[in-house]
Amino acid sequence: MARSNKPIVWGPFAAGGTLTAFLTPALVILTLLAALGNVPEVLAYDRLHAIAAHWLGKAAFIAVIFLSLWSVAHRLRITLYDIGVRADTAVAVAVYSAAGLASIAAAVFLFRL
Amino acid sequence: MAEKVTRRPYVREVPRTRWFFRHPRYLRYMAREVTCLFIGAYTLLMVVGLHRLAQGRASWEAFLEMLRSPWSIAFHGLALGFSLYHTITWFNLTPKALPVQIGEGFLPDAVIAGAHYAVWALLSLILLKLAGAY
Repeated sequence: MARSNKPIVWGPFAAGGTLTAFLTPALVILTLLAALGNVPEVLAYDRLHAIAAHWLGKAAFIAVIFLSLWSVAHRLRITLYDIGVRADTAVAVAVYSAAGLASIAAAVFLFRL
Repeated sequence: MAEKVTRRPYVREVPRTRWFFRHPRYLRYMAREVTCLFIGAYTLLMVVGLHRLAQGRASWEAFLEMLRSPWSIAFHGLALGFSLYHTITWFNLTPKALPVQIGEGFLPDAVIAGAHYAVWALLSLILLKLAGAY
């Protein structure tokens, strides 16, 4: 059978798509409340710092950010192809690298806490 | 040498960038795909937030203050709308992605999608409660 790298790309896409479907609306509501001047407890400095300083919190943040960005990158790649950008290999390298780099940046910030 | 083609094949022209305005189905597809821009931007906002959090209390307070700008409120409104659209389209596809066979038949689509909606609502309520949103 022909080998393909599709499962490697598609696995995190499906995982990230499912994760963002369950999680992102609630997360947006939390910062929307803060944007409207009604900061929820979890976004108070001490609370959020305590969560992000814990190893479990770090792991959760990294997992959520990486899977979300990877699924976004994959969808963006497909959409760019759909609107006429046919340099798929270049697009793929660009979007997946951007997702990886932003996730690494998030990990670096978390370990500076 | 290629044979000379005497007939004139019909080539339906498809505009490269605007094709999805042609049919509501294409437009819904594109709306679903565009949700990724808002989810991506929101996730990057989270990364920026972690950066500000790591810089200390004053920097985090400034980040919260920045969230209160009209641009931020407008962005959050759009991000909420598009993230909900992603959730709805994703769950409506679950019966196709995860068909459950029972004997000869399959579990009805509405049951599979409905179970996802129910779990989603419950998880969101628990998360918002734990976060002190209500």
